[in-house]
Amino acid sequence: MKTRSKKSFRWTKKDIVSINDFSKQEILHVLDTAKKFDGKKHKQYLKNKIMASMFYESSTRTRLSFHSAMKQLGGLVNGFSSAKSSSASKGESVFDTIKMVESYADVIVMRHFIEGSARLAAESTDKPFLNSGDGSNEHPTQTMLDLYTIKKELGTLENLHIGLAGDLKYGRTTHSLVRAMSHFKTTFYFIAPDALSIPQTYKKLVKQKNLKFYQTEQLSKFIPKLNVLYMTRIQKERFPDEAEYEKYKGIFVLDKKLLENANQNLKIMHPLPRVNEISTDVDKTKHAVYFRQAANGIPVRKALLCLTMGVVK
Amino acid sequence: MPYDGGSKMKKTSKNLLAVSPIESGTVIDHIPAGKSLKILDLLNLPNGEKIMLGVNFSSKKLGRKDIIKVDKKIFTQNELNRIALLVPDSTINIVKNSKVIKKYNLKLQNELLGIIKCPNPKCISYLEPHTLVSKFYVIEKKPLTIKCHFCEREFVEKDINYL
Repeated sequence: MKTRSKKSFRWTKKDIVSINDFSKQEILHVLDTAKKFDGKKHKQYLKNKIMASMFYESSTRTRLSFHSAMKQLGGLVNGFSSAKSSSASKGESVFDTIKMVESYADVIVMRHFIEGSARLAAESTDKPFLNSGDGSNEHPTQTMLDLYTIKKELGTLENLHIGLAGDLKYGRTTHSLVRAMSHFKTTFYFIAPDALSIPQTYKKLVKQKNLKFYQTEQLSKFIPKLNVLYMTRIQKERFPDEAEYEKYKGIFVLDKKLLENANQNLKIMHPLPRVNEISTDVDKTKHAVYFRQAANGIPVRKALLCLTMGVVK
Repeated sequence: MPYDGGSKMKKTSKNLLAVSPIESGTVIDHIPAGKSLKILDLLNLPNGEKIMLGVNFSSKKLGRKDIIKVDKKIFTQNELNRIALLVPDSTINIVKNSKVIKKYNLKLQNELLGIIKCPNPKCISYLEPHTLVSKFYVIEKKPLTIKCHFCEREFVEKDINYL
C-alpha cells in the first residue's frame, strides 16, 4: 500500500474554494492534520491573528465552529452574520468588499449566496481564503468534516458502500461528497425521487473512475448493504418554486424501524439542520453520528485555518 | 489569380462562380453546412467588411459545407476562439496578394477567456460581470461541454451565450 511520503509532500494551498481543487493526497493530509487537533490541548498557533467572518447567508454550525476554532487557536474574530448588516445591501460587489476586508484581517472566511463568489474572492486577495458555502455550488469545509467523520467512525475511507438520500439534485454537500469519495474505492447508492436525482455529471464521474453506483427511489432498499447513509434535507431555499418543494418535502423519513436490517456498523450522517427526514428515535441508536459529525467541524476547521495560514505544513 | 477557396474548389466551377475570390483577407473553409450564418452573427459581421458566402457546397470531408470569405480582414485570436467553439474543425486560410500565405485547422482552446457569458443566472460572472473576466474550461470537445471557472457548472453547446 502506498503511504504519503512526508519528504515528498508539501502543503501549498492558501485557499479552500472547492473540493474539486484537492488531490487525494491533499485530502488525506487535511484529515491527518485534523486528527492532531482533535481533543488535544491547543497551542496558540494563531495568537492575535484576525479572522474576517463574512456570512451573507444564515449559518449555525459552520459559522460557530469557525469562530470556536479560531478562538481556540488564540485568534480573534471580526465580521457580520447577514447580508443586511454588510455593504452588500448598498450594492457593493464581492470584489470590492474583499479588497477592503483583506486590509482588516489575516484570513477571510466567507459564505455568500452567489455561486462562484468564493472563487472570485479567493482570486481577489493574497490573504488565505476559506469558502463556507457559495450558493448551491460548494461547501468544501463541510465535505472535509464529512470525510473526517467517516474515517474516524469506520477507520477507513476505502471500499465503503455509501448511500446518499434526499435532494441529490440541488444538494451541494452530496455533490461534493461524491467527488471526494470518488478518490477512494466507493460504491454509491443514490436514493432520491426521479425529479431530485443526482445530476448526470456525477454519474459520469463515478463511471470514469470505474466505480459502481445504484439508484433507487426507495429509502429502505439498500440499507442492509450500507456502511454510511448520508441523509439530506429537502432544501426549500434551492427550489425554483414553492409548489415543487411542497411536493417533495416529506418524501423520506428515516426511523428506527427502517434500521432493523441495517449493517451493525452502519453510520447515519446528516450535514444538519434536519427537518423531519430523521426521526428523533434514531438519535439514541448506535448508528446516529450526525451530532458527532457537527462537532468534528472544530478540528477540521482548525486544521484548515492552520494549513492555509502556513503555521502547520 | 485571386484566391478562390482552395484547390478542391477549383475543380468545381459552380463553387467558383458562387463565391467570388478575394485579394487579401481570410477564408473560413470546411464549415459544416448551415453554420455560416451563425458565424456571421457571432462575429457581428459585416461591420464594414465585404463578405462572400458560400452555402451547401459538396465536400469530401463533410458531405456538405459552407465557406466564408472576408475581404481585408484578419481575425483576432479572440474571434478565432469564438469561431472554434462553433465550428472547431474548420480551416482558416490567410490570403495576401491573392495567395494563401497561411493555412491551418482551427483548434479549440482548453481555456476560454472573455468569450462566453455564463448561462447560470446565479453565477457571480452573470451577476457581477464588470468585476471579472469570464472563464470557461472545455471538458469535452464532442459533444461540446464547457465548465464555468466560477460557479463550476457544466454546459452544452445549446446553452452557450457569447459575450
